[in-house]
Amino acid sequence: MAKSKRSLQPVLTDKQLKKSPTGITGLDEITHGGLPQGRPTLICGGPGSGKTLLGIEFIVNGALKFKEPGVIVAFEEKSDELATNVASLGFDLSKLQRDKKIKIDYVHVDKTEIEETGEYDLSGLFIRLEHAITSIGAKRVVLDTIENLFGGLSNDGILRSEIRRLFQWLKDKGVTTIITGERGINTLTRQGLEEYVSDCVILLEHRVRNQVSTRLLRVVKYRGTVHGTNEYPFLIDEDGISVLPITSLELKYPVSRDKIASGIPSLDQMLDEGRGFFRGSSILISGTAGTGKTSIAASFANAACLRKERCLFFAFEESPQQIVRNMRSIGMNLEAHVENGLLQFHSSRPTVHGLEMHLVEIHKKIQQFNPRVIILDPITNLVTIGTVSEVKAMLIRLIDFLQRKQITVLFTALTLNSSVTEQTDEGVSSLVDSWITVRDLESNGERNRGLYIMKSRGMKHSNQVREFIITRKGLELVDVYLGPNGILIGSAREAQQLEEVTGQALKSHGHTRRDREIQRKKTVLEAKIASLQEEFESLKDELYRTQQEEQLRQEILEKNRMELVKKRYLNENASKSGKGNGKSK
Amino acid sequence: MGAPAHSAHEYVLKLYVSGASPNSLRAIDNLQHILETHLAGRYHLTIIDVRQDAAVAEQQQIIALPMLIKDSPLPARRLIGDMSDLRKVLNGLGING
Repeated sequence: MAKSKRSLQPVLTDKQLKKSPTGITGLDEITHGGLPQGRPTLICGGPGSGKTLLGIEFIVNGALKFKEPGVIVAFEEKSDELATNVASLGFDLSKLQRDKKIKIDYVHVDKTEIEETGEYDLSGLFIRLEHAITSIGAKRVVLDTIENLFGGLSNDGILRSEIRRLFQWLKDKGVTTIITGERGINTLTRQGLEEYVSDCVILLEHRVRNQVSTRLLRVVKYRGTVHGTNEYPFLIDEDGISVLPITSLELKYPVSRDKIASGIPSLDQMLDEGRGFFRGSSILISGTAGTGKTSIAASFANAACLRKERCLFFAFEESPQQIVRNMRSIGMNLEAHVENGLLQFHSSRPTVHGLEMHLVEIHKKIQQFNPRVIILDPITNLVTIGTVSEVKAMLIRLIDFLQRKQITVLFTALTLNSSVTEQTDEGVSSLVDSWITVRDLESNGERNRGLYIMKSRGMKHSNQVREFIITRKGLELVDVYLGPNGILIGSAREAQQLEEVTGQALKSHGHTRRDREIQRKKTVLEAKIASLQEEFESLKDELYRTQQEEQLRQEILEKNRMELVKKRYLNENASKSGKGNGKSK
Repeated sequence: MGAPAHSAHEYVLKLYVSGASPNSLRAIDNLQHILETHLAGRYHLTIIDVRQDAAVAEQQQIIALPMLIKDSPLPARRLIGDMSDLRKVLNGLGING
């Protein structure tokens, strides 16, 4: 481990503290490797805070995962009681005992049957412990809860010095020890055990706020090593404890240029290249009640499953069956995906547990299912169990975690009609990469849905409002019409559409009529032209004929004159008269 | 070990000690003195070194040492310490000293 992490962490030397991994999800991350090896660690907390369980998990994981046998010294519960208590977590303590991997020693002290008659020591306990350790070669020990001795024995002075001696003895033995202690009023433990354990102290708390409980873990001190100092929420469920080291220290994770479709082709068209959202990005769908947020989310899930990607759907409002049924009405068969194992639903009321627990649970489910897409519907409901800033903090951590894993997440958020600002209640809009708002647009006595892309980081996107319609076949976006009174939607849009169609028909009808008119006019004009031509021809003919006649007449006259002249000459010659001249005039 | 070996004694006592620790040695001394004074001939005492037999510590729920267990007469009692407090020892053994 030292070598593999050399680039990230300061060089580990031999002097550096060696650690025993607990095998508890998250705890080893917070402590950078586990509890101090060969030293005692104090786990303190109130009743029911999970001290014993943490101890047992440490031992069981040690035995099963790290080949380190362990001894549990139980001061409170008998070994079979202990075994029954943790059987529900899948720990078979009896089998582990038979296999000599662990040993449980129940230490019982009953004040009523004991008479203290003078000086004594706890060497009986030492001997038992020594015996237990050597019998299985234990490397780990849990003392749960050693403070019970104070109830059974009355000489505090002896007990204190003996406990101090015990811890030193365990240290000398080189076993990694967990000592549990009940939380005191002003001290970490009722008996001040923290005075004797100086290496590592972990505090478990069980906090109830607004009737919702949250378990928290904090490393109070860890000598000689860096460790996370925050309060980390943890969860106890059928798999034991899981702690969530949520606050990542840097904004450094791979990004993808891959795009994934939203399941609504017309929505993808509004985004750059028409291919949808970036993989690994976070998408927020906000809108007022009944605007189809869940439907968008479901179609996103549907699209993921159709791509053969796993999808995890966290529903905080509806049961899986309800969602499946509702989505069937808009043409989505989610049931098939559930059966294929591609889609998994997790429905829970937000108030089931605290915010942090939800986060832990989401984490866990993600680790188990390994999805590529997750959906949280809706995050607004989480506000019922935390303040806005808490929800925001939780979502930051979640987005961080998801982006590191390249999981695309889609949140839905309910906005109230009254909120004038575009900000969502959780103030998460600044965190997400893409934000889509669906709004009720009320006009002409009906409500319609308008969809906007408020932002989409790293890609061009349409700035236009689209009308969002839910049909039997699925979701669709249609262009809205810009009319003189603003945008037209719903039936107004449809009316406008019809009007346009009508206009088109009328226009084309008009076209043909005008064409015919022109044709007719043309024919008439052409006929006119032809008749005029004829007229012109006949006129021309007339003129020509007149000219010809004239010419002919002139010729004839000339000829006649010549004839006459000739005749006169002849007559003069014959009768000496000039009648030809008078006649020609 | 230093106790009369009668079979049917009124008092059956077991003293658990840890090796030769000062407390153990004092306890043995003190107890034997008390028994001889108050219960001479009526008791059977066994002294067991837990260090030699660790498993017995678990069986007998031993934590503090030295410890005296009175199995009979009933009620069973456990006395821890070096038996230096005479009143408490007698009280524990059920003898009105």
